[in-house]
Amino acid sequence: MASLVIAEHDNKVLKEATAKVVTAASQLGGPVHVLVAGQGAQGVAEAAAKLQGVEKVLLADDALYAKMVAETMETLILSLAGKYDAILAPATTNGKNYMPRVAAKLDVAQISEIIKVVSADTFERPIYAGNAIATVQAGAGKKVITVRTTTFKTAGEGGSAGVEKIGAASDPGLSKFVGEELSKSERPELTSAKIVISGGRGMQSGENFHMLDKIADKLHAAVGASRAAVDAGFVPNDYQVGQTGKVVAPELYIAVGISGAIQHLAGMKDSKVIAAINKDEEAPIFQVADYGLVADLFKAVPEMEEELTKLGY
Amino acid sequence: MKVLVPVKRVIDYNVKVRVKADQTGVDLANVKMSMNPFDEISVEEAVRLKEKGKATEVIAVSVGPQQASETIRTALAMGADRGILVKTDAEVEPLAVAKILKAIVDEEKPSLVITGKQAIDDDSNQTGQMLAALLGWPQGTFAHKLELGDADAKIEREIDGGLQTVDVKLPAVMTVDLRLNEPRYASLPNIMKAKKKPIAEKAPADYGVDVAPKLKTLKVTEPEKRKAGVKVKTVAELLDKLKNEAGVI
Repeated sequence: MASLVIAEHDNKVLKEATAKVVTAASQLGGPVHVLVAGQGAQGVAEAAAKLQGVEKVLLADDALYAKMVAETMETLILSLAGKYDAILAPATTNGKNYMPRVAAKLDVAQISEIIKVVSADTFERPIYAGNAIATVQAGAGKKVITVRTTTFKTAGEGGSAGVEKIGAASDPGLSKFVGEELSKSERPELTSAKIVISGGRGMQSGENFHMLDKIADKLHAAVGASRAAVDAGFVPNDYQVGQTGKVVAPELYIAVGISGAIQHLAGMKDSKVIAAINKDEEAPIFQVADYGLVADLFKAVPEMEEELTKLGY
Repeated sequence: MKVLVPVKRVIDYNVKVRVKADQTGVDLANVKMSMNPFDEISVEEAVRLKEKGKATEVIAVSVGPQQASETIRTALAMGADRGILVKTDAEVEPLAVAKILKAIVDEEKPSLVITGKQAIDDDSNQTGQMLAALLGWPQGTFAHKLELGDADAKIEREIDGGLQTVDVKLPAVMTVDLRLNEPRYASLPNIMKAKKKPIAEKAPADYGVDVAPKLKTLKVTEPEKRKAGVKVKTVAELLDKLKNEAGVI
């Protein structure tokens, strides 16, 4: 009854999301194997082998997997599926892309974005943008699961699993990677940052987001945004926190000029501490904020930068 | 080329969701229902392809109760040509929907299926990918931009780190993200015209698909509520609380 975890990585670094999925997989009870599919990803496989609870790492190192294109991931995972009772991946845009293909071919339902393992076949998952939690039980057949990583602890290091190289599966030849435009940032990634500061429609322009950048640099925080700010073109899509963007659960979430639409709350309400700055004291964000400041953000944010400097940040 | 657009009838995105007291689900009695917002974007994209002369026919499909025909009418009013309602009162899981859609694709032979990346009720984000896999087709999920050629499509996708472009061979499945386009409102004349467009009524059995769920929902509960905290008066007080009370900075 082993589980296979599909690693999230960029061929150089094993993403923390993988360590969280390993924790979820461990809770299913059986041994946990990790599949690293990539190109030049030996280092990633070695990092995965160190995760606590991992029994074996499979490394498929081939140009086919350089970008985890869904159609090639499908054939690779299916070629390995026979030996496993459960296949798990993080609910990243990669996991969401290839996992339903695997489930369909195995003729099972995918269990999307689990937030809790209740027992080996029963899971909790949010529905209706997190306004309801469904407890679902898997039927017969293999379990294909994506994991909302914010609710699981990161598996520790100290393991010493072996790395087994495996060959590439067949190339379906249906699609190819053309290129990508990745946001470059020195700051931590949104989904793994300890502190996130996000701006909403109240920011009024992309230019004004630089005010948040300055705070973020002082606090080693990531910068996010509400859907309204992304739709208005202030910042790129990968900033979006919410039901259809990224789900974050940092130690501290600072919402600036964000009213608190349901869709946004769905993406950040599991943060440990929420602080909100908004000039509208009726804004729904204050109903979930631990600390609320009713103020004009164009005064409050520069003041926050000054105060932080005074405090030595 | 034909374009197939699956659409789903869901609770309107503005409605506050209430969990039923007996924990069997969400209360949908007397609640406003609408087309899944992501599906509106896919209908819009398909209709634009037709307006540009790239698509010859746009077919809207919905799997759901009789009222899902209203959702199809909305698509027809936006510019789709005809509809197919696969009628069932059962709650149909993404895999079964994908199997029904596969059967329809086998009959209709579209070159492109465009659908929303997820429905805002079950938030599964599966149907498009499952359909692509069952058909053995490529997919472009979370689409941000589409460049449609004769034999392939370049699809720019919204991914965690930014944007990625893939080139897929046609026929293909595309699932759409928020920023692909802004869906139009149907005009009154078009709403009237849509009433005359045909909707074929089918049942899952017509396609030989068993819609019995594979997952068992044991219960549906309210999430833990966060309580509102305190209001602070100044930025300095806020930072003091974050540093000394919460200990998070």
